[in-house]
Amino acid sequence: MKGGLSSLRWRPGLRRTAAPAITLTRQQCTWLLATAALSLAPHLTWLPTWIMGFGFVLLGWRALLLWRGSAPPPRLVLLALVIAAAIGVRTEFDHFFGKDPGVALLALLLGLKLLEVRVTRDALAAVLLCFFLQLSLFFEDQSIPVAGLALVATLSGLAAMASLTDANGRAREQLRTGTLLVVQGVPFMVLLFVLFPRVDGPLWGLPADAFSGRTGLSDTMSPGSISALGESSEIVFRADFDGPPPRPDQRYWRGPVLTDFDGRTWRPRAFAEGAAPFYAVEGPRLDYTLTLEPHNRRWLLALDVPAAGPDAHLFTSDFQLLARQPVQSRIRVELTSHPESSIGLTENEAALAAARRLPPGFNPRTLALADELAAGAQSHEVILQRVIARLRQSELIYTLRPPLLGTDGVDEFLFDTRRGFCEHFAGAFTVLMRATGVPARIVTGYQGGEINPIDGNLVVRQSHAHAWSEVWLQGRGWVRVDPTALSAPRRIDDGLAAALPEGEALPIMMHPRMEWLRGLRLRWEAVSNAWNQRVLGYNPQRQKELLARLGLDQESSWVLGGTLAGAGALLFGLLLWWTIRKRRPADPLERGWLRFCTALARHGIVRQAWEGPHQFGVRVAAETSLPPAARAAIRAICEDYARLRYGPTCSADDLRALRTRINAIRLP
Amino acid sequence: MATSASTAAVDPPRSALRRQLDRWLFRLGAPERGPIELVQRRIYVLPSRAGLVFAVALVVMLLASINYSLSLGYGLVFLLAGAGVASILHAFHNLLGLRLRPGRCEPVFCGETASFGLVVENPRAARRPALSLRLGTRHTRFELAPGETRDVQVPAATHRRGLTQPGRMVLETYWPLGLIRAWSVFVPDMPCVVYPAPEATPPPLPPDGEAEGRGRATSRPGDDDFAGLRAHQRADSPRHVAWKVLARGGPLLTKQFSGEAGADLDLAWERLPAHLDTEARLSRLAAWLLAAERSGRRYALRLPMVVCPPGHGHEHLHRCLRELALHGSARQENDR
Repeated sequence: MKGGLSSLRWRPGLRRTAAPAITLTRQQCTWLLATAALSLAPHLTWLPTWIMGFGFVLLGWRALLLWRGSAPPPRLVLLALVIAAAIGVRTEFDHFFGKDPGVALLALLLGLKLLEVRVTRDALAAVLLCFFLQLSLFFEDQSIPVAGLALVATLSGLAAMASLTDANGRAREQLRTGTLLVVQGVPFMVLLFVLFPRVDGPLWGLPADAFSGRTGLSDTMSPGSISALGESSEIVFRADFDGPPPRPDQRYWRGPVLTDFDGRTWRPRAFAEGAAPFYAVEGPRLDYTLTLEPHNRRWLLALDVPAAGPDAHLFTSDFQLLARQPVQSRIRVELTSHPESSIGLTENEAALAAARRLPPGFNPRTLALADELAAGAQSHEVILQRVIARLRQSELIYTLRPPLLGTDGVDEFLFDTRRGFCEHFAGAFTVLMRATGVPARIVTGYQGGEINPIDGNLVVRQSHAHAWSEVWLQGRGWVRVDPTALSAPRRIDDGLAAALPEGEALPIMMHPRMEWLRGLRLRWEAVSNAWNQRVLGYNPQRQKELLARLGLDQESSWVLGGTLAGAGALLFGLLLWWTIRKRRPADPLERGWLRFCTALARHGIVRQAWEGPHQFGVRVAAETSLPPAARAAIRAICEDYARLRYGPTCSADDLRALRTRINAIRLP
Repeated sequence: MATSASTAAVDPPRSALRRQLDRWLFRLGAPERGPIELVQRRIYVLPSRAGLVFAVALVVMLLASINYSLSLGYGLVFLLAGAGVASILHAFHNLLGLRLRPGRCEPVFCGETASFGLVVENPRAARRPALSLRLGTRHTRFELAPGETRDVQVPAATHRRGLTQPGRMVLETYWPLGLIRAWSVFVPDMPCVVYPAPEATPPPLPPDGEAEGRGRATSRPGDDDFAGLRAHQRADSPRHVAWKVLARGGPLLTKQFSGEAGADLDLAWERLPAHLDTEARLSRLAAWLLAAERSGRRYALRLPMVVCPPGHGHEHLHRCLRELALHGSARQENDR
């Protein structure tokens, strides 16, 4: 009753008050802002600039408020900002539904939510938005660095959540908690990743823009369209050959075939599709696996020319191999090619006529040259030889930066500028052949590829994009002629860098002095490839294979579910054991005392919970069943413990002495 | 059962179902006297509302990952799910091994907010963040440093006089992610004495000696009537110094006053007007006790069963008030 009257003041009518809104501390805000910035920043490369700008202005504003310790802006201002953001997104994308506007809205919402955050519940919503934003990043990029960044952002998000429940903890503790949770979450992640049933294909229709923005080969060709790819080292596909890879001059990966020409642009002609190839394969075979990056087109870029395989791909009448659906995710296809096969031995007349057609009124000088070359030739072979010889003589220069051409592009290239990239060479050659009456067309695709010495894969990049020609000769069918090789033969054998003339600025990676950098890149790409194959390429097919190897019946959902549940429970049990295992008390004195009590308890002398050390000692001293010496020793230890525990000092020597005496106790 | 006629719980189970649940699931029964250690089977975990929202968000993210075949999306979702599962154990571990025992609980007047104290001991050499002790709708947040023992007070409104038990108390934590609530339910035995609410406008104190009819010599000092001068003592109030005497060059003297009539006050149950019911009588007596204590006079309390002899001071006041609070209840040997 120490309180006295003052504590007994009569305070009637004390009403219950609602718990006050808990405002965020500075540390909580900092965690939130860090998480938001980490989640938002990687979108910088592809989200429209103004959206990123807006998002970061909002974050900066919040940081400023935090710095000044002022209150969030009034709701009306926020409402106005929300409306402005919605209108902005609407104007940018013309609609709200779809991947890109969705992600843009998400980014803006996060900024606005952070600005509005007052209580922990809002803050949790903001963290969830951050997680969504991290997920949306994977639409664009799933490479190792992005995964690493997402891991860091997740860690920060978890630490932010920890700081929301524990406002008084230090930042280091929150970080430790977050890290611990991530570390403990990883086994569950691996388990679920491997065993969670994978489903093929989309569950519902994807928005139209789901796979927009892929660069790469297109199905038309005009001057400059392929050279634009020349500087991109983005990987198009990787080929893993069962045997040795083909010779460089056989590495023609076939894409769209372009027959129709309007004077400037080449376009494909309608073609038939069938389940079997339109040719008979012959000669040596090459077995390989293509891992194709998504390009949102159907062509599979098989090595010329593919044979029918176990997979249900489609063959076209212009000898491409097509997938049934556009390639929207990284796929692996197992293929067989026979590079020495003849194709199109019996071509129909309409196709040949289309391959001879030229738009009237273009390139008069080329037409005149064609007449000159064709004069007196007995066969198409002779004409072909003459055209090749003529092109070889005309000293055309292969360059990544060809000058712009006017209406009569072929004339200008052949007679004036004489500088061009592969599309100029192929275009000029094809026009020249057609003008002499020989059926000719352009094939686009990729040529070459470099072997990665780390994993032995052949890597083909956008810079390997190429255009070449095919001429149709009686009895030989469509014969590949690469006009680029006539002027720059090293393009075919040694790649782009070797073929470019001295002094031409090379893309940095192609520079000879960057050998070490290229080595680094090869190493990195081998790791990326393993990542792509093992992690990103883990699909229903792979899962089935793995489960079969583990001896699990992959057809039965019970087996899979049971395994998943069992392994999950086992993991949880392990964690539980780790959690509740007895930890040694931090205090050495306490440790010694507990050891002492446990030892006595084994001899039937149990210290009750209410007994202090002194009282316990007195009781033991009265136990007649023990020898008097032991009784005295126990009593003394109890007294010493009480003195050290509750007395003013407890030196290391005291501790050691007590421990020695505890160890010396011998009971019958 | 330690409950008596006037022992009430602050948070009584409201429905039969809840009582059954308490008994079967949480194994709650009579208030526990001794220290309570939170062992495995006393701690319960369930997802909080935020946890459910989190789960829904993960499902949405998983659907997006399936639809767009995002391998890393699966990875992110499963990692977050794994962290959520691990947080169950962290929440559980945050309560595991705590030791609780009843603490201080100051008496209050009915209608005031009582404060139940629970001594929580953290035997572990690690910090226990974000704990909350809940009683009814009120709760107190706290945290424990490594090895710390803390007296946690949780407020509760009082509605009736007598011994009040806090009833069902909950120690809970949402740490670390706020997705999982780990809690332990217990009924500690820590009765709080609730005095009857003093009457708001009580009539003046009864004149002394009314009942017994014998006025006693006025010897108790008071401050109503001037009774004379005495030599100044160091502790005397400066207001009572006879400044006029001092100004006249006399010695430092203190003015003495006598109490109202000098007799001990006798606050008796049976002398209260007959129309008052029990609670009204107790209220009036409580108000009078306070007034009597303020007046500085000695006072006695006479209840039908109990008599408190005349006395003065806080100890005496509390003893009297306590008798009022316990009036009509079966007395127990073990109440404090």
